[in-house]
Amino acid sequence: MEVQLSGPLRAAVGNQSVVSVEARSIRELFRTLSERYPEFTVSIANGVAVAINGNVYRDDWSTAIPENAEVVLLPRIQGG
Amino acid sequence: MSGAHVSTTINGDAVQFACPNDESLLDALRNRVGLTGVKEGCGTGDCGACSITLDGRLVCSCLVLGVEADGKEIGTVEGLADGDKLHPLQENFIKHAALQCGICTPGFLVAAKVLLERNPDPTEQEIRYALAGNLCRCTGYDKIVRAVQATAKDLRKKSKKKSR
Amino acid sequence: MTDSTSFTNQKFKVIGQRVRRQDGMDKVTGRAKYGADAVAPGQLVGVILRSPHAHAKIKKIDTSRAEKLKGVKAVITSKDLPDYTNGNRDLLSMLENCMARGRALYDGHAVAAIAAVDASTARKALKLIKVDYKILPHVTDVDAAMQEDAPVIHDWVRTIGVEPAPSKASNVSMRSEFGHGDVDAGFAKADVIIEKSYKTEQTHQGYIEPHACLASMSPDGSGELWVTTQGHFAYRNWCAQLLGLDMSKLKVTSSEIGGGFGGKTHIWMEPIALALSRKANRPVKLVMSREEVFRASGPTSSTSIDVKIGATKDGRIVAATSECRYQGGAFPGAWAVIGAMTSFACYDLENVKTVGYEVVCNRPKVAAYRAPSAPMASFATESTVDLVAEALGMDPVDFRILNAAKEGTRASYGPTYGPIGIGPTLEAVKKHPHMRAKLKKNQGRGMACGFWFNFGGQTSCTINVAADGTVNLSVGTIDVGGSRSSLSMICAEELGISYEQVRTHIGDTAALAHNDMTDGSRGTFASGMAAIIAARRTKEVLKLRAATAWEIPVEDVDWQAGYAVALGDKHSNLEPLSLADIAANTENTGGPVAGHNEFVADGAGVSFASHICDVEVDPETGSTRVIRYTVIQDAGKAIHPDYVEGQFQGGAAQGIGWALNEEYIYGEDGRLQNPGFLDYRIPVCSDLPFIDTQILEIPNPNHPYGVRGVGETSIVPPLAAVGNAVSNAVGVRMTHVPMSPPRILAALEAEA
Repeated sequence: MEVQLSGPLRAAVGNQSVVSVEARSIRELFRTLSERYPEFTVSIANGVAVAINGNVYRDDWSTAIPENAEVVLLPRIQGG
Repeated sequence: MSGAHVSTTINGDAVQFACPNDESLLDALRNRVGLTGVKEGCGTGDCGACSITLDGRLVCSCLVLGVEADGKEIGTVEGLADGDKLHPLQENFIKHAALQCGICTPGFLVAAKVLLERNPDPTEQEIRYALAGNLCRCTGYDKIVRAVQATAKDLRKKSKKKSR
Repeated sequence: MTDSTSFTNQKFKVIGQRVRRQDGMDKVTGRAKYGADAVAPGQLVGVILRSPHAHAKIKKIDTSRAEKLKGVKAVITSKDLPDYTNGNRDLLSMLENCMARGRALYDGHAVAAIAAVDASTARKALKLIKVDYKILPHVTDVDAAMQEDAPVIHDWVRTIGVEPAPSKASNVSMRSEFGHGDVDAGFAKADVIIEKSYKTEQTHQGYIEPHACLASMSPDGSGELWVTTQGHFAYRNWCAQLLGLDMSKLKVTSSEIGGGFGGKTHIWMEPIALALSRKANRPVKLVMSREEVFRASGPTSSTSIDVKIGATKDGRIVAATSECRYQGGAFPGAWAVIGAMTSFACYDLENVKTVGYEVVCNRPKVAAYRAPSAPMASFATESTVDLVAEALGMDPVDFRILNAAKEGTRASYGPTYGPIGIGPTLEAVKKHPHMRAKLKKNQGRGMACGFWFNFGGQTSCTINVAADGTVNLSVGTIDVGGSRSSLSMICAEELGISYEQVRTHIGDTAALAHNDMTDGSRGTFASGMAAIIAARRTKEVLKLRAATAWEIPVEDVDWQAGYAVALGDKHSNLEPLSLADIAANTENTGGPVAGHNEFVADGAGVSFASHICDVEVDPETGSTRVIRYTVIQDAGKAIHPDYVEGQFQGGAAQGIGWALNEEYIYGEDGRLQNPGFLDYRIPVCSDLPFIDTQILEIPNPNHPYGVRGVGETSIVPPLAAVGNAVSNAVGVRMTHVPMSPPRILAALEAEA
């Protein structure tokens, strides 16, 4: 599937805004990206939120990624 | 710093305390008398969280020295209710959700009580100006003004009944 | 079913009512205990010595005379705070912000601290500490800090997110980019292009309660902290990490919180209080003065933003860009990134690009302030949107409706929206009587939109049923706006009992598993979802107890309106059992009844608002008054409408203050010139009109009741709503917030 990256996360994958990854869960997605782009581990440590079909998941890495889902990786942000 | 012995009446009770000459009445009330309902928001008279009455007059207790309270009558939020019966302002602040975090509430209640004692039928503008010395950062003042308006109405009804 | 979080459109008995708040009684009688209201036997008073310089090398600190003063029990500097952060730069920055390590980085930066028997001794001792400073060049303006010749504040900061990776240090810690499509191609199609630059000044959350805590550390490494905070678990974790403690040995209890708005999501002096207590082996109370709050807690960013929007004659935006430069204070932050994400979140755009630059300056470390970073970006966007509508000769509301994001729109920050409320709030604006009210001379009307994400996150809670059938709910997410009452309502709704039967408390860090902070408008959303699940699990336990008492299979028991009911004709002889009946008999049916939930509350629904503002500008003085104000916002579902309205009104008031008055003013010397409520003037009662509200309820599909967060969005639109109103009143476009009288006068004079 195509994973879209936004903001500072693009820098961690060699300044790409879209990468192709096979993954059935957030955990698998993060593992694959970290193997391919070692800098991505720093991004994970800083916090990555995963939007799957528009729903934002921040912490639960066991969340399944359905086939043909829209997956967008966002930097984790702070609120007030 | 030398200190002084202070005899006052607080919320109707005789209270004595000793404090250094340079200590604010706010600190004395909070730390020596234990009335922590009097709040400190700024210590410079700008926020009104420490509002009390001193001989019936509304003051910021952070701008009064503890020693100045000698022989005077002090009123704080702790003295508003009559036993287990809340003051109508307290009732209406709860009923109209006129508080959120609540840190400014004691000061507002004391200031609003002084206003309604002097002016039982204030306009919205009079309420807003009378409470302009009390800062609230949560509510935008909307529900506070409404609670004071409702209390004024309640109190007028009550005094009408009494005078009949 | 028990644990499902999908929206079910259930009918409510308690939800939506305006019940009396549970913390009301304590708050109107003065009994509520805030950060500064706790007392411990033998407690000392803590005070902090702060740098008077914006940037200085600390050559030497001589504390010997202070230590010798009678009554002084502990003096600490950064030497007493060894680095346990193990290479984690963010944590080290947090520690360094609490106490300078070799360099003072802003006016107000802590350099030493004292614990003494009383306040006057402590203050006297402060004056006996001698600090030898070497003043260094400083920079406090965001644009100036980005210049090539600006003094570089940290030699370890390299700009992340640019190619090639820079080898030289700079004050720009990160560049981030969002968007999709081809903006150049989009602008080429545009009939109208408006490009404008904006500045917003730094503001403070302005909570009335200063930071305060009571710290007590024992020589065995255990300790307790009573503190005003938006997140006692986060405070516990950070303090333990920075002081080298086991987290579980530090119990943090949250006091009643006297306002936070994001400013109490970060530690400022709590580790100092603990370190003083550790050294003195006595409890230490540390309370910031108002001046300290302004100089040394975490205000929001000052910003400089460029926006460019292109549209075709038929009123469609074809391309939009923004560049957001956000000042983050003395340490790298991630604030421009949120500005860049929120810039165009309200709109349906084919071509959009937003860029954020994080900039380090000699100012206090920026913290979150209610929808952090969004109001400034919204000010720039919504002001420009009005200009584009004007250039096209279109009504600004119609123009926004035509371009508003909707379900299926790809957000400018990435994901595709589900059902959202921007369109409905705009339609409500159009229908609102406020829009038709007559205006007089020097009066003008403006409107603007705003967006906030809303968060979920880690949450845990426990429901305990007492022997008389009344219920306690313990949550670990701080109550900042009435959530204890809202959560009691939720619990009552689920259990089928009355609101008065439930009492909600905030559990300390030893009583519950981790809870994220109350930030991102997550309090009632996340804790509410957790409470629903915990209550449904409690019902399962209650059904089991009834089945045991009746000696029938649990499948034959249902829970209806607060009663266990035996189903089927064969059990028609069994009278329903109330919660109290079951609670009275727990020792014989399997033990105490409780229900828990520990989970990640995902699926927070984004929130939109549209505000309408009327102002009157005095052309002689430039002074502006808001004379009418209306907030329309999607709440998803309002649990307690009073509290939702309260959030709408409070956010609007803060935004109005930001728009018209509030700003940090720095002198040439880099010192803050207005660290007090007299000179940093937040709106007072006589500055504001009643603030009308309209709650829309477009359910969040990922919450059982449809709840979205409501706390933050209301501060986003006011800057632009006021700006657009001023522009319509006197014909000058204000590009610099706050629109204080001198700025408006200058703009009027420039126009004339």
